[in-house]
Amino acid sequence: MQYEAPQTLDAAVALLADARGAARVLAGGTDLLVQLRSGAIEPDLVVDIKRIDELKKITAEDGGYRIGAAVSGAELGEHEGVRALWPGVVEATELIGSTQVQGRATMAGNLCNASPAADSVPAMVAADATARIVGPDGVRDTSVRDVATGPGQTSLGRGEIVVSIFLPARPARSGDAYLRFIPRTEMDIAVVGAAVSVSLDDEGTCVAARVSLGAVAARVLLVDEGARVLIGTKLDDDALQALAAAASAACSPINDKRGTIEFRTDVAGVLARRAAQTAFERAKG
Amino acid sequence: MSQIHVSTTLNGDPVEYLCEPDETLLDVLRDRLGLTGSKEGCGSGDCGACSVTVDGRLVCSCLVLGAEAQDREIETIEGVAQGENLHPLQQKILDHAALQCGVCTPGFIVAAKALLERNPDPSETEVRYWLAGNLCRCTGYDKIVRAVMDAAQEMRGA
Ligand SMILES: Cc1cc2nc3c(=O)[nH]c(=O)nc-3n(C[C@H](O)[C@H](O)[C@H](O)COP(=O)(O)OP(=O)(O)OC[C@H]3O[C@@H](n4cnc5c(N)ncnc54)[C@H](O)[C@@H]3O)c2cc1C
Ligand code: FES
Ligand code: FES
Repeated sequence: MQYEAPQTLDAAVALLADARGAARVLAGGTDLLVQLRSGAIEPDLVVDIKRIDELKKITAEDGGYRIGAAVSGAELGEHEGVRALWPGVVEATELIGSTQVQGRATMAGNLCNASPAADSVPAMVAADATARIVGPDGVRDTSVRDVATGPGQTSLGRGEIVVSIFLPARPARSGDAYLRFIPRTEMDIAVVGAAVSVSLDDEGTCVAARVSLGAVAARVLLVDEGARVLIGTKLDDDALQALAAAASAACSPINDKRGTIEFRTDVAGVLARRAAQTAFERAKG
Repeated sequence: MSQIHVSTTLNGDPVEYLCEPDETLLDVLRDRLGLTGSKEGCGSGDCGACSVTVDGRLVCSCLVLGAEAQDREIETIEGVAQGENLHPLQQKILDHAALQCGVCTPGFIVAAKALLERNPDPSETEVRYWLAGNLCRCTGYDKIVRAVMDAAQEMRGA
C-alpha cells in the first residue's frame, strides 16, 4: 500500500485517477482503517485529504454553509452558525461514534462509506444538501441523495472526491431534527433513523417539509408522502398519524439481530413523528 | 513496501521514525517508540484504550496511520505526569481504586484530561457521555467517574 497526503485538490485527483490498482480516499479513517485492518479492503493507494486546506473549512455561502470534506464531527459541532441553521444535521453528525470517533469522522466519509444506517445522511437528505464532487472531468454538484446507491456502493467515478457538502439557506421559521433508535444510549449503529425538516408560515402552518429515513432500506429514503401530509397542517394529531403511516409504508427493511422487519417498520413511524415534533418546535423558535 | 519517514512532536519533544504505510499510530507508539502505555483493547475504535490526542483532538490511535502524524502534535499517557509528579487524574484514579486490570486506565486518563481542558466543571452526565467510547470490563465505571469528578474539583482549586 502506498500512502499519499497531497496538499492540493488537483494533486489528489491526479493521484486517484492515475492509480494503477485500487485507490481509496482517507478522510477521518474511522471506517477505512477498520476495513483496512480487518482485511475487508486491500487498497494499493490511500490518498489522505486532510492536508488540503480548502477541505478543512466551513464557509458561509448564499445564506447556507459549505462544509469541507475533511471537517470532523467535533469541528462541525463547535460551529455556532451551522448549529443554529441546521441543528438536526449537527445532532445527527454528533451521534456518530464516541468522542474519539468524533475527533476524526467526517460527514462526507459517512456519506461515501454508503452504509444505509449512516446517521448524518438522513439529516442531510432532509436538508436537501448538495455534494460537490471534483474529479478528472472537473466539478459537479449532485444531491446528497444520489451519492450512495446501495450498501457500500456510490455513484462516484474513478478519481472523484467529494470536496464539500452544501447545506442551503432556509426561510426564517424553519427547523430540522434527527432521531435514531439504538438498543443502547450511545455508541451503536442505528436500527432506524428519521430526519424531518420543516418551514412554517407566520401562522405556524407548515409550508415545506422533507422527511428522510435511514436503516430501513438499501439506501437512505426520501419519503415524499410524509412531507405531503405535513404541508398545510399545524402538526395536529391527524397529521402526525398520517406521517407515521407514510414513514412505515415507505420501509423495506431487513430482518437481523438488531431489529426485525416489523419492529423497524413500526419504529420508523414513531421516530418520524417525534422528529417532526422537534423540528416544528425548533421552527417556531 | 517502502517505509515512510515521519517527523512529529510527541509529548512536546521532536521525534522521527520510519513506519510502514499501513501501520497504525498505536503500533508505531508501542512497537517502534517503546511507548506501551497506550493499549490495544480492540483495534477497531470501540474501546478507547488506545486514546491519544492529535493536535489537541482526542482520537483512537488504532484508527490513525503512523504516517498521518507528520508535523502534528501527539500527546500520549506517557506525557501526562510531570516527572515524578502524578497528574491529579492519575492520583484520583489511585485514591478511588478506580482500576483493576488497568488496561483501560491510560485511555480513560487521556480522554478525561481532554475533557477537563475543555470543560473544567463537567456534570456527571457530561463525564459519562464524554467517556462513552472508553470501555472498562472490570470496574463498572462508577469509581472512574467519581475519580474524574474529584480530580476536576481539585484542579478547579475548590
Ligand atoms: C467505534 C465506531 C463507532 C461508529 N459509530 C457510528 C455511528 O454511530 N453512526 C454512523 O453513522 N457511523 C458510525 N461509525 C462509522 C464511521 O465513523 C462514520 O461512517 C464516519 O462518518 C466515516 O467518516 P470518516 O471521515 O472517518 O471516513 P473514512 O473512514 O475516511 O472513509 C469512509 C469511506 O468513504 C470514502 N471517502 C471518505 N471521504 C471521501 C471523500 N471526501 N470523497 C470520496 N470518498 C471518500 C473512503 O474511501 C472510505 O471508503 C462508527 C465507527 C467507529 C469506529
Ligand atoms: S484499541 Fe483503539 S479503540 Fe480499542
Ligand atoms: S480496569 Fe480492567 S478494563 Fe478497566
